[in-house]
Amino acid sequence: MKLRAIAHSRSGDKGDISNLSLIAYDPADYPVLLREVTAQRVKTHFSAFVAGEVVRYEIASLGALNFVMRQALGGGVTRSLALDTHGKSLSSALLDLEIDGSRGPSAAAEPFEDHPSQKQTRED
Amino acid sequence: MRQVRLGAGAGFSGDRIEPAVELAEQGELDYLVFECLAERTIALAQQARRRDPASGFDPLLEARFEAVLPACRARGTRIVTNMGAANPLAAAERTRQIARRLGLGSLVIAAVTGDDVMAGLDGDIVLDETGQRVADLGDMLVSANAYLGAEAITEALAGGADIVLTGRAADPSLYVGPIVHAFGWTFDDWHRLGQATLAGHLLECAGQVTGGYFADPGFKDVQGLDRLGFPIGTFAEDGSLVISKVAGSGGCVTPATCKEQILYEVHDPACYLTPDVSADFSQVRVETIGPDRVRVVGGSGRARPAGLKVSLGLMEGFVGEGQISYAGAGAVARGELAREIVRERLARAGLPLQELRCDLIGLDALHGAGLARSGSEPYEVRLRVAARTASAAVARRIGEEVEALYTNGPAGGGGVSRQVREVLGIRSALIPRAQVRPTITWLEA
Repeated sequence: MKLRAIAHSRSGDKGDISNLSLIAYDPADYPVLLREVTAQRVKTHFSAFVAGEVVRYEIASLGALNFVMRQALGGGVTRSLALDTHGKSLSSALLDLEIDGSRGPSAAAEPFEDHPSQKQTRED
Repeated sequence: MRQVRLGAGAGFSGDRIEPAVELAEQGELDYLVFECLAERTIALAQQARRRDPASGFDPLLEARFEAVLPACRARGTRIVTNMGAANPLAAAERTRQIARRLGLGSLVIAAVTGDDVMAGLDGDIVLDETGQRVADLGDMLVSANAYLGAEAITEALAGGADIVLTGRAADPSLYVGPIVHAFGWTFDDWHRLGQATLAGHLLECAGQVTGGYFADPGFKDVQGLDRLGFPIGTFAEDGSLVISKVAGSGGCVTPATCKEQILYEVHDPACYLTPDVSADFSQVRVETIGPDRVRVVGGSGRARPAGLKVSLGLMEGFVGEGQISYAGAGAVARGELAREIVRERLARAGLPLQELRCDLIGLDALHGAGLARSGSEPYEVRLRVAARTASAAVARRIGEEVEALYTNGPAGGGGVSRQVREVLGIRSALIPRAQVRPTITWLEA
């Protein structure tokens, strides 16, 4: 299924850095996001224009992930030649990812309520 | 428990004015806040001020204040805004004239300056993005504005200001100022400053938390977007926040709209840096407590960063652009042919282009060829050619080459547009707090 079926997203920009939130509609799907949407997966998905590292932050209390992508906006909002200088449309590209949406046993290893407060993973 | 009610009257310089009027008249607000400065807005305003010393503040200041001041005055709602942009003093003077014209009686206006650090900027300061020294930027550097925090705003409110006009203040600080003033908090109470900053962050983009920039038909449906209402934040002394909106206005306030805004333009959620605090949003929780009413708790913070962020405006040459459309059978093939022709002609002309980009809007302009869905061809495409150059004359050549496709390119091209714009790049750096001195100037109407 498409990621869009279980999660929503908003893009933000600061200089040449783009961040994409990824929020489960149903908190029960948060472990699916954790399992399916890794920093590596996102880095690969956007490889055509994200030159820098991708860091994934986990916000368990919101059932959400936050991806921070460096060197992602063609040199920065103010000088980029891109049509969408802010990268506002990138959130829609993220939601196009094909995922396995099953809430399988592998997901149970990361209980939603007791998830560690703050974790991050990065892909250079 | 004591509470303070804050309305968001604008989330950017060009924002709609009707929702602010709706808030002023029906929001039962203590404060109406207008956030109107993007990274580049302040640098553009500095250029405007250089051309005309009486300008440089928000172009919509007059229209906004004429629309909301009568209701704010009648209800005792105070206003905080960064519409002062590059010229808070001129903005205050204009505001005084508007208040007099409207016959609003006595009104105290405070202008906060000190964010403009261009004069006497330390040449050894290093840019975050490129590692260049400020001294090496030479004539390219046209503006330098430090992000001020909430302290001067709180001081202005304590001094009796009905309207506080700032230049470059951090967006959430416009809300933190009134909250700290309302409860008599101090600027070393990091936990509470973190809570107030979370509130400011949720409100600062106005309609983005009430269903604006959210709708995705079939997945995230929003009713009444055409009359989208702006948010009200009811902040209680225990640090909890309720986001709501005027009953009957369009849009929606849900946990989902709040979550999107909490993470908007955030990097590490446990360390959201502002001049006031290193805010921590990593433990935030949201819950619906009524129709279009969401309670937000769990914000916190740690000691503020030692330095202040400075936004530097740099003249970085010109961008020339041209566009032309193709539609119907073979539109993509003709668009691709046109793209190749322009590339070849620009290469043969040997123009000194720093960067060139040729996209087919409708096919690969936003996310490149890799992510573009294969399958049925679009009915129409629009070739967009853009290049960055050192001179305006060379930049003009881009549009000219695209326009020449009318009689020198593939069949059926139409709707040419062309433009040249000056590139005002924004860079950032950190400077010691001691080099920035916020100052308040008082005016009475």
